[in-house]
Amino acid sequence: MQVKAADPAAAEPRTRPERRARPSRATPPRWRSRKAKGLAYAAPTAVFVAVFFLLPLLLVGQMSLSDWPLLAGDRGLNAPENYADATDGTLFWPAVRFTLLYTVIVTVVLLGLALGLALLVQESRPGTGFFRTVYFLPGALGLASASLLFWGLYSPSTGPLSGILEELGLVDDPVSFLGTPTSALLSTVFLIVWKFAGFYMLILLVGLQRIPQDVFEAARMDGASRGQIFRSITLPLLRPSLALTLLLSVTGSLLAFDQFFILTKGGPDNSTVTVVQLIYREAFQRMDLGTAAALSVIVLAVLLLFNALQFRGLRRADES
Amino acid sequence: MGSTVGSHGRVRRLVTGAVALLASASLATACGSGGGGSGGGGGSGTADADGVDDGATLTMWTRAATRPQSEALVKAYNASHKNKVELTVVPTDDYQAKVGAAAGSKDLPDLFASDVVFVPNYTSNGLFADLTERIDALPFAKNLAQSHIKAGTYEDKKYVVPHTLDLSVLFYNKDLYRKAELDPDKPPTSLSEWDRQARAVDALGGGVDGTFFGGNCGGCGVFTWWPSIWAAGDDVLNTDGTEAELSSGTAKKVYDTYRGWVQDDIVAPGAREETGTTWTGVFPKGKVGVMPMPSTTLGLMPRNLDLGVAPIPGPDGGRSTFVGGDALGISATSKSADQAWNFLAWSLGDKAQVEVVAAHKDVVARTDLASNKYSKADPRLVTINELVADGRTPYALKFGQTFNDPNGPWLKLMRDAVFGDGSSVDKDNEAVSASLSD
Repeated sequence: MQVKAADPAAAEPRTRPERRARPSRATPPRWRSRKAKGLAYAAPTAVFVAVFFLLPLLLVGQMSLSDWPLLAGDRGLNAPENYADATDGTLFWPAVRFTLLYTVIVTVVLLGLALGLALLVQESRPGTGFFRTVYFLPGALGLASASLLFWGLYSPSTGPLSGILEELGLVDDPVSFLGTPTSALLSTVFLIVWKFAGFYMLILLVGLQRIPQDVFEAARMDGASRGQIFRSITLPLLRPSLALTLLLSVTGSLLAFDQFFILTKGGPDNSTVTVVQLIYREAFQRMDLGTAAALSVIVLAVLLLFNALQFRGLRRADES
Repeated sequence: MGSTVGSHGRVRRLVTGAVALLASASLATACGSGGGGSGGGGGSGTADADGVDDGATLTMWTRAATRPQSEALVKAYNASHKNKVELTVVPTDDYQAKVGAAAGSKDLPDLFASDVVFVPNYTSNGLFADLTERIDALPFAKNLAQSHIKAGTYEDKKYVVPHTLDLSVLFYNKDLYRKAELDPDKPPTSLSEWDRQARAVDALGGGVDGTFFGGNCGGCGVFTWWPSIWAAGDDVLNTDGTEAELSSGTAKKVYDTYRGWVQDDIVAPGAREETGTTWTGVFPKGKVGVMPMPSTTLGLMPRNLDLGVAPIPGPDGGRSTFVGGDALGISATSKSADQAWNFLAWSLGDKAQVEVVAAHKDVVARTDLASNKYSKADPRLVTINELVADGRTPYALKFGQTFNDPNGPWLKLMRDAVFGDGSSVDKDNEAVSASLSD
């Protein structure tokens, strides 16, 4: 107790705990015991992160610098050949452009629709629970399962959609949902929006319900219109939830794979190849793990950059 | 003191125990390998033609495309042997990736089948055990489908045996032929006849179409278009599979015919986006006149569908087929090579080939059994079995990445040639060659 009392850090305000936490030789056994407990609590997570994240990351880094065919294994360093090969391919830049285009379209449509749905079911009225459930339900389906379902629906030879549209007289000929670059992109965006709009709606709904009602009431008493309330109160106060959905949508879209792998396989005519599909192609079609790893490292770096920029932008907005 | 000694003693005992455990484990492994004859990796193997049937459990992978044939063979083997084969069927599109990943981590099963065109890639990377002596010791070795044996031979060593033979042939709907006033006993003998007959059936209307093909599926194009080029005596690749010859006059005639069908809407809906997953599911609906199909689907056709089978013709006649299907080998890392060989040797024997393969209306892997009691009962099977001699299996180490990759250069050539104006075939052929020699 004397040692603790003599320590000047002990007298400092609690807002700077890190200075007090500095151990010394004179630290009593009880404190050492607490430290050991802390380490013990943290150890499983630390080991998990090290084994399942850091080690694979290091391995990918090593692979990206090595000649590493899938079937033959590591043949030694060849840096920077894999990085040159990764960006030299005829599909790389088209894939980057397509992935960015897809990300922009999906994010705008998804967040717009999710916000609209959240506003629709924001207030508790009869039937609201039903609609909330209905909107959210597609989110419970796995992405691969949903993609297979839509692949079946879109198929002109085995799916019902084209036939239904013909029966209704809306089209004269069978509809080729995945047959052209534009229709393939839009059909995939439709699937993603159908699947994720409800989930994003839920996040935004939580954000909406955290906004105090008296703020809205005060605005209404001041004569604010619905549009003014939405622009000046709802949107600013919803920013944390919007930031989260934006981050999820951008990251998820930049890493898009399952839906295109199942629906289009990058076609027609390589028009829907995403960057992650390129990684898969290098690893398992061309059987070159080195180039696949180099692409993975590039994607990781770009994702980190995107996320850092998003966080920075949001922090600035908060400060302003 | 006592406690210190005790602690050290415990440690010493633990270390000694661990060493003893490791030693006995190593010994057991060594004995296991020794007992297995050739043991893991197969080596050149023992020359025992029958292998060992001692109740071992064998793991085996096959792809979904040839599932019925593999399942029938495994079921019959398990019912009559002490060894038991545990079959895992992998989706066709994922099979290469799964084998590649397992090879990288040395986790391949005892037996794994492979689309025969991918076999050279696997043999050149040492994934299969050497079976040269075992195959040569078979009494019917010379009668095995040589296209598969050749595909599985690398540096004069044989690594695989034919497992399921899948030939590309024309299926035509006799009912629709009758309605279109075509002779149901006279299938097309040239591409131009095929064109005329497909257009005649298509003219029936009412949801009936002349033909169909997988237009967004490189493997489908290889399987069904190349025989028309071979039928004219041309080739599609050079001998060592490093250069493409897909811009020849004959090849362009074939592309022109298919492009004509697309332009004139003779093809059933969905050809443009057909990635190969459902291309065989269109003909059984009875609304398509004539189209190339895998012979393995003959036994799966609806009983009420009156269909005829014919060889795939060239532009001006001739006949050929793509001798595809799966070859089967023992993985180089298998610890049960002798037991695995027992399954392979049995699967090629008279009983399995006739009572399982032929009974299922599939192509037998041995030419000496081409005429059997089942094929005699169905003339369509005779047509298919006889085609084995006229067919080819292309050889290229970079086959998968060039022809089966949905983003590869061959699919671009196919689509440019058929859905485009066909003007870029020469340039696309160069890209195919570049991929083959990559």
